[in-house]
Amino acid sequence: MNSTKPMHKFREIFFEYVFMFSAGISVLALVMIFVFLFANGMPAIAEIGLMEFIFGREWRPMDASPSFGVLPMIAASIYITLGAMVIGVPVGIFTAVFLAHMCPARLYVVLKPTVNLLAGIPSVVYGFFGIVIIVPFVREISLFFTGGGSGSSMLAAMILLGIMILPTIVNISESAIRAVPRSYYEGSLALGASHTRSVFSVVLPAAKSGVFASVILGVGRAVGETMAVVMVAGNQARMPESIFRGGRALTSNIVIEMGYAEGLHRDSLIATGIVLLVFIFIINIVFTVVTRKSAPSAD
Amino acid sequence: MAKIMRKITDGILFAATWFFAAITLLVLLFIIAHIVINGVPYLEPRLFEFTFTSENVSMMPAIISTVFMVFLTLIIAVPLGIFTSIYLVEYVKKGNKFVMLIRSAAEMLAGIPSVVYGLFGMLMFGQFFGLGWSLAAGVLTLSIMILPVVIRTTEEALKSVGDGYREGGYALGSGKLRVVFRLVLPSAVPGIMAGVILAMGRIVGESAALIFTAGTVPQIPQTLGASARTLSVHMWALSGEGHHVGEAYATAVILLLIVLVINTAAAVIAKIFTAKGSGA
Amino acid sequence: MSISIKNCDLFYGDFHALKGIGRDEGMEISENKVTAFIGPSGCGKSTFIRVFNRMNDLIQNCKITGEITIDGQNIYEKSTDITQLRKNVGMVFQKPNPFPMSIYDNIAFAPRTYGIKKRAQLDEIVERSLRQAALWDEVSDRLKKSALGLSGGQQQRLCIARTLAAEPKIILMDEPTSALDPISTGTIEDLIRELKKTYTIVIVTHNMQQATRISDKTAFFLMGEVIEYDKTRQIFSNPKDKRTENYVTGRFG
Repeated sequence: MNSTKPMHKFREIFFEYVFMFSAGISVLALVMIFVFLFANGMPAIAEIGLMEFIFGREWRPMDASPSFGVLPMIAASIYITLGAMVIGVPVGIFTAVFLAHMCPARLYVVLKPTVNLLAGIPSVVYGFFGIVIIVPFVREISLFFTGGGSGSSMLAAMILLGIMILPTIVNISESAIRAVPRSYYEGSLALGASHTRSVFSVVLPAAKSGVFASVILGVGRAVGETMAVVMVAGNQARMPESIFRGGRALTSNIVIEMGYAEGLHRDSLIATGIVLLVFIFIINIVFTVVTRKSAPSAD
Repeated sequence: MAKIMRKITDGILFAATWFFAAITLLVLLFIIAHIVINGVPYLEPRLFEFTFTSENVSMMPAIISTVFMVFLTLIIAVPLGIFTSIYLVEYVKKGNKFVMLIRSAAEMLAGIPSVVYGLFGMLMFGQFFGLGWSLAAGVLTLSIMILPVVIRTTEEALKSVGDGYREGGYALGSGKLRVVFRLVLPSAVPGIMAGVILAMGRIVGESAALIFTAGTVPQIPQTLGASARTLSVHMWALSGEGHHVGEAYATAVILLLIVLVINTAAAVIAKIFTAKGSGA
Repeated sequence: MSISIKNCDLFYGDFHALKGIGRDEGMEISENKVTAFIGPSGCGKSTFIRVFNRMNDLIQNCKITGEITIDGQNIYEKSTDITQLRKNVGMVFQKPNPFPMSIYDNIAFAPRTYGIKKRAQLDEIVERSLRQAALWDEVSDRLKKSALGLSGGQQQRLCIARTLAAEPKIILMDEPTSALDPISTGTIEDLIRELKKTYTIVIVTHNMQQATRISDKTAFFLMGEVIEYDKTRQIFSNPKDKRTENYVTGRFG
């Protein structure tokens, strides 16, 4: 027994280091992502010029005298995300309210798994659905309004992303609404308010930080989405003109040209990745602020 | 008057709630029905042959590559994620700076878009480590991508294990390792499984992170150094070409089926978890 | 084995949870006796019992000063082998905490920790421990079944058997019957009376009748201090301190 003791001690310490090392991997990975993206992207930004890169309105990487302005992509990403929010947020929040407070039990067992299924569907399947259904549909609308257009457009991307962010908004909002103490709802009923009024004017406002957090996560998902957007948005690298015309998101810019880009062109695509990262971090910070603020009141 | 107005707004809100919920349900059912109706007729045996040719765009190699990809990625990411969570939950004290660093790193990793992972994987594993477009580069990239998912769910699972097991174990003179591996981890298995299944779903659904790391070769990879396309990447390649629409529908059906299986498994495990409780 | 305590203070961060226990002439917990700790909630009795097997080590910012000697050795010295200490000083908790494994594996957990692997030897330990805990007759035909299927009282006796399997000298019991029904409580009290022939037992209890029924000596705790420590009969029939009298006669707590 005595001889096993140092062995035993050694094993305890050895594993503690194994666990610590594993935990360090996440930090290492994050650092590596920064190092590799910045090492490859920053020289390109320096060469192009930060202002020229961020605010340049021309993206013509293959020209004899190329220009690398990502403003069109930044603008398209923002427009597409905003459009997706306009479509997805009301539908998502009302659906969350429905699930939490109005849904008959028998419908719930259908609706809830369906929303979860929606969350699991791969982006490419959404993209494909966009190609075969949404794009032709938008083509019809745009024929009516503008007399033309292929349908591959920012509007198509907005509709598709609006659907894709539904599960995020619905699931997180639903938990936030359910987390509101039942006494709020009962108190409102006791004052003579109707069921609908109690839900909308007492319960929903009480859940607002959770609902807001779900919207921000939805924004993150929409900004970061790549394949589905590439497949339906048309991808023309120009300043957005109309929602019926094509636009190219930041994510799309990378996927479309990475296959053949070389030299400065390639590095400018990596720099596009840096811009995307900056967007995501801003969204993360907003998310953290919102959830921190709500933490004390949740207790 | 005010009373009537209130009745009207109540009615509108009530109707809106039902209306939007109906939209969610209908859109979903429509997507699923559309894909199933158009895809099932194309599910022919030839799509499940082991070689891909330009005449017969079989999805079998992609299915096999997907299995490889899922399996290998989980082999790397699951132990790493579990060890990380063990460290965070069982070893370090609250408020420790290192822990806060790891937590925020994991949170940030979770928010990074998959296309950025693709770029990073291409730069680090593909070029810097010279793996090129290969199964190995894809696996390593995805391992980092799903690590936060495994960490978060495992952490929750470990935290939900009652302190009674830990106290009981320590009171008998057991070391930390024995308490963690014999008492805490077994009770946390269902929760960890749920996280693993979630991670599987992400691997199966991923495409943007794989195109420039694992590449798009539609054959069964013979080595870790060979390029391979997963089912999602295959689906993307098909739908871009325009003359394989039927096959693309069929691939979508298979992907939906996989998602359905994964979701059902997760739901079943969650049910077991809540039914069993989590001990003293 | 006996325990002696000299001037023990315990802090949770800034909170002074135990104040100078054994301050003047020290406090002795005698061998093969049952010593009961009583007092109102939050008085420090459960905190104090956890000093003896260093369970407080698991709590952050917990600082202990003073001298706790078991078997002639100060257990808070650096050289103390905590594993060995906890093998010698077993503990039974308020809420039965059988591990999520079979009855057999629960009992064999401690011996396996100490490196016993032979089947025959384990079988013998399991049977002996279960018999000592008066549980053998009820479970001998289902040793391979999950321990979580037992009733609350059986689970607590299983936890006692699990502790006995480590062959301790001292057994700490932290309100071992507070989660149980009266019949199971009676069984456990009988068991404690039986066990004290072989073991030194320290029990924390909320139930004053229980203290009078099973303990030889009793310590009354109030706000982190030992107010009075004496023979149980003395404490309950003729307490020296007014506060003890108020408590044992039910005026507060």
